[in-house]
Amino acid sequence: MFGDYSIGDLGAIFAMQGFAGLILFSVYVLMALGLAIIFGQMGVINMAHGEFMILGAYVTWMTSNAFQHFLPALFPGYFFVAMALAFIASGSLGMLVEWAMISRLYKRPLDTLLATWGLSLILQQAYRSVFGAREVGVELPDWMMGSWQATDAIQIPINGMFVMCLTILITIVVAYVLFLSRWGKQVRAVVQNRVMAGAVGINTEKVDRYTFGLGCGIAGVAGSAFTMIGSTGPTAGQLYIVDTFLVVVFGGAASLIGTIASAFTISQAQSTMEFFMSGSMAKVLTLLAIVAILMLRPQGLFALKVRK
Amino acid sequence: MMGMAAIPALAMLPRPSFGAGPATSAVNTTGLAVTDSEVTVGILHSVTGTMAISETGSVQAEKLAIEQINASGGVLGRKIKFIQEDGASDWPTFAEKAKKLLVNDKCAAVMGCWTSASRKAVLPVFEQYNGMLYYPTFYEGLEQSKNVIYTGQEATQQIIAGLDWVNKTKGAKTFYLLGSDYIWPRTSNKIARKHIEGHLQGAKVVGEEYFPLGHTQFNSVINKIKLTKPDVIYAIIVGGSNVAFYKQLKAAGIDMSKQTLLTISVTEDEIDGIGGENIAGAYACMKYFQSLDNANNKAFVADFKKMWGEKTVIGDVTQAAYLGPWLWKLTVEKAGSFDIDKVAAASPGIEFKGAPEGYVRIHENHHLWSKTRVGRAKADGQYELIYETADLVEPDPFPKGYQ
Repeated sequence: MFGDYSIGDLGAIFAMQGFAGLILFSVYVLMALGLAIIFGQMGVINMAHGEFMILGAYVTWMTSNAFQHFLPALFPGYFFVAMALAFIASGSLGMLVEWAMISRLYKRPLDTLLATWGLSLILQQAYRSVFGAREVGVELPDWMMGSWQATDAIQIPINGMFVMCLTILITIVVAYVLFLSRWGKQVRAVVQNRVMAGAVGINTEKVDRYTFGLGCGIAGVAGSAFTMIGSTGPTAGQLYIVDTFLVVVFGGAASLIGTIASAFTISQAQSTMEFFMSGSMAKVLTLLAIVAILMLRPQGLFALKVRK
Repeated sequence: MMGMAAIPALAMLPRPSFGAGPATSAVNTTGLAVTDSEVTVGILHSVTGTMAISETGSVQAEKLAIEQINASGGVLGRKIKFIQEDGASDWPTFAEKAKKLLVNDKCAAVMGCWTSASRKAVLPVFEQYNGMLYYPTFYEGLEQSKNVIYTGQEATQQIIAGLDWVNKTKGAKTFYLLGSDYIWPRTSNKIARKHIEGHLQGAKVVGEEYFPLGHTQFNSVINKIKLTKPDVIYAIIVGGSNVAFYKQLKAAGIDMSKQTLLTISVTEDEIDGIGGENIAGAYACMKYFQSLDNANNKAFVADFKKMWGEKTVIGDVTQAAYLGPWLWKLTVEKAGSFDIDKVAAASPGIEFKGAPEGYVRIHENHHLWSKTRVGRAKADGQYELIYETADLVEPDPFPKGYQ
């Protein structure tokens, strides 16, 4: 396969391939973060995660249209506004859902699986009724498309780098909020012992609502960012949900580090294998490897140490 | 409606009312849902689920055709009434609804299905209960049934002319084949590979890859394409993956004014989701583009937009779906009967001169003779016609030497 190429060519390809792996890593982290917070901190299996992402994508699409109509001069910067709005929209919907549905199911965590799956179907059909069954094309400002010419042969996609920076930023914010802020301490206290946390004066209901809202809001931002690399349609969320769960479960449900480590492992394995074999085979092998590892380590890569 | 003036049967129109046709007992001997003034047909597509994205256009086109036929006097003096069922992107549901349309509703014909999987699911139902299906999608071939009229192109019609064209005009020698991982792209690429290796002088396939449906990360394969530098990227990627593929291709700095990309899976409908600016410069090979410059098509596009809104676009399959009701009407009028057996027997040789794609004719194998065209995508989401075959291409669902 490499016989006919110069060292320079190969070097460039491997550099680009390395970036492809890192971009995939960022995409995985970004889509899994919201779910990891909800699943890890609250034990709720949110099957509607993909639909919260797509809400963010639709918000981005609407923002893009609004800017084109009313503020064409500011169009190059609309994406930042769109991401903020996506966070607010998905986060608010998340809090509403938590209040109306999830909060009634905390004693029956497995039922949340069914309830949120139903929610995902409802949301899909709602998008279809509101925005139409066809996919919508989100127009991006010119500076976000195209690639950055690092050297003659190496081209790095700008939107990939954008996703990477965004992921790093969000991860840092989430880590700070969960591990260093007062609110984060409350969240972790509720996770470890809901009754005791309530007894020492933490408003567990409020903590739950905001945690769920935060997770959904991050899903919205992820969906907004993914308009750069993927499609926006009523069922597009389904494209991400399997990979998202894979990352979270493989990483160990309650661990942020685990999510990141698992996203890194899966993305690197996937992108390296994809380079040497066909896309379908790469996927099969990745999944097989994950199944094998999970059989040996059912708790995932990193597990929270708790007394059982 | 100007385009339809070409149809001889319409010359005696407009008729004052329905019910002036031949007696029902004469035209309906098998108990179909035909009365003196009405005939019932079915529309069977997914309006919910993943496939709703693609099938919406077909439903719209079929309803438009039915409305136009009714406005011009109906079929054998009877108004077409339609019953719409939702296949919900689920193949067993398709089979169940097909049975309902045939057994309970006694539909004289059904316009429907989109994916090959849904067609395969309903085929035994149509054969068992003797119904008539008009299937609009371009597909992989390898099928022929008395009970189905295939109004889209089968694979050889769509593929071979396009490869010949790109080989001749671009001097293309090396091809990189890509596809989503299911029957249509795989069969199509098999035909493409046989043609490239067996019929094009000095040409070869330098890569062939498939991705799971819904795959959204194409950076690795794009790097491979950069490494192998093929003359042509031959892409048969479908659904949401399409959007990801073209966006990432553009983001990776592949300039389609220099790199030739030929696809058979992206119609104007898909470009809506991909964004015209992301795919501008790519070539598509199919039989219809919305921009075709002929009187039939201009009238069709105007009517379609009037009915479904100025912003809707019309892709290849939508046009093929529009042919269904018209071909059925012409066939019924030639047969002088709604009976399925008579319609099936009368189908070969039916000509439709009012087709937006131009003249089409039904072949003995129930596929259509049609021209193959190559278009180039523009930033506004439309294709510009670059090439069309001089003659109609014969449908050949079981191509010898290509299997």
